[in-house]
Amino acid sequence: MRPAKTKTILLLTLIGCAIVSFVLSGGASPQIPALNPYYYDILVGIGINIILAVGLNLVNGYTGQFSLGHAGFMAVGAYASSWLTLTWGYTLGTGGIGTTTLFVLALIAGGLGAALAGLAVGVPSLRLKGDYLAIVTLGFNEIIKGIIQNCEPLGAQRGLGGMVQHTTIFWAFAFASVTVFVVLNLVESTYGRGFLAVRDDEIAAEAMGINTTKYKVLAFVIGAFFAGIAGGLYAHFKQFIHPEGFNFLRSVDIVVMVILGGMGSTVGVCFAAVILTILPELLRYVSHLSTLPEWLRHIAENRMILYSLLLILLMLTRPQGLFGGSAAGRTSRSQ
Amino acid sequence: MTSPLLQIEDVTIQFGGLKAVSDFSFCINEHELVGLIGPNGAGKTTVFNLITGVYKPTAGKILFAGKSVLRHRPYKITARGIARTFQNIRLFTSLTVFDNVRTACNMHLRHGISHALLRGPKVMREEREVEESVMELLNLFGLASVSDELCKNLPYGDQRRLEIVRALATRPKLLLLDEPAAGMNPTEKIELMKLIRFTQEKFGLAVLLVEHDMRVVMGICERIAVLDYGRKIAEGTPGEIRANPEVISAYLGKDANQ
Repeated sequence: MRPAKTKTILLLTLIGCAIVSFVLSGGASPQIPALNPYYYDILVGIGINIILAVGLNLVNGYTGQFSLGHAGFMAVGAYASSWLTLTWGYTLGTGGIGTTTLFVLALIAGGLGAALAGLAVGVPSLRLKGDYLAIVTLGFNEIIKGIIQNCEPLGAQRGLGGMVQHTTIFWAFAFASVTVFVVLNLVESTYGRGFLAVRDDEIAAEAMGINTTKYKVLAFVIGAFFAGIAGGLYAHFKQFIHPEGFNFLRSVDIVVMVILGGMGSTVGVCFAAVILTILPELLRYVSHLSTLPEWLRHIAENRMILYSLLLILLMLTRPQGLFGGSAAGRTSRSQ
Repeated sequence: MTSPLLQIEDVTIQFGGLKAVSDFSFCINEHELVGLIGPNGAGKTTVFNLITGVYKPTAGKILFAGKSVLRHRPYKITARGIARTFQNIRLFTSLTVFDNVRTACNMHLRHGISHALLRGPKVMREEREVEESVMELLNLFGLASVSDELCKNLPYGDQRRLEIVRALATRPKLLLLDEPAAGMNPTEKIELMKLIRFTQEKFGLAVLLVEHDMRVVMGICERIAVLDYGRKIAEGTPGEIRANPEVISAYLGKDANQ
């Protein structure tokens, strides 16, 4: 089947990115010698955004719930994993297998912490629908931010810094591959059909013996887990995190990726994550091109306005998203 | 005598000041085809929603196979063996015909989420079993040729049929059909009557049919209950109901001279 093929290609591309970056960087070292650090930054950002968007797509796209607090789960993962590496990292020294293991374990712990937060938020709030759920998750996002801002051991308003830069392109894309693998397999399974059934008609799903609450919470918790992982990767890349970095606007960024890519299309959402990570930087580049006429550069200078205009244009011409459409609902059969 | 499959005792439900159903008592035996009729707004669909757990009754008891179904979520009631169709078709519109039916088999699956992710042999075996039984059902109801179509592309009559097939996939003991003949032309209605009969005999089900169309109800039901303003005004065989003056006045209004 065709959709299955594109999904395999996507997964192989991500794994390929991880392997190539691993080889180019000569294994453990965080930088690739030939690569401009600016591009390096964008590439890691792409990996992290893929994890965030694909995870959120499980909730907003496949299960049809509108979560607007994804950055909150990202914050939980970022702070939890940073706290772990900061506390235990010094005893192990820098470099070597020990710190890498600690880093991966801290990431997973951060993911689990975020999943736990997802469970705590999801169980009471997933009986709400649409706008109401959006408001509750938005509120959760703000609460997490508020807690961190007032938590002295986590740096409060000053932010938290001093983490070792463990995150490389390899790790970003390795975890992106895992995320895509898990989400694709889940969506193709009986659980995936349950998610889609809940999205299409909750009352009918319930009448067909589907425990809609269980499915919704499950999607929410898995989405939160991967957001936590992405947060940990982000924290160990930037080496400094601040509560404002996980505000409402960050959540909206991720939602935009999901909507732009096409609700319920993992391939589309990955593309959107790549495009939306590159686009602002591309516009920045254009605005500094001396070969372009003056007036064009002036337009490109207002890149945030241009970016928004492009989004509006895209939504007007393709409201179902880049890859949205009937293919999203088709799942394969074993024979 | 064995106890009835479904037993409704003095059920009342009140929405604010309105008693949608009051003191309704009724029972359905195994393998029985029963009709529930009444004018618009008589409370027929409300009775459905009470049985399937969408509404909780204000008072009264509902027993299924001897056990209460009150305080159960709808999906648990379905798992106990009550399946339903909807008055306004509620299919999973983004899924194919095949997947619509397959989704209804979900609750019979025993594999956990970790199995689903790794696609082990246990999952594959269960999936194959489900696929076979779904294909069998679709074949039986003449929907196999469109199994890969999106269900929203199906003609209206086929969508109605698919709803019944999907309900059957949950392996019910009692099937509730909510106005299956709505919007059908006379030929389709005759087909539907055959289909309901066939389903009931083939699967050994008890069927509760809510219907407006008198010809359909009178044609296939063994026993009929009549609701009017939330109260049961009559119960009996089609012949008795047809002759019942209260039923006639509920439907046609009272004669001005009486």
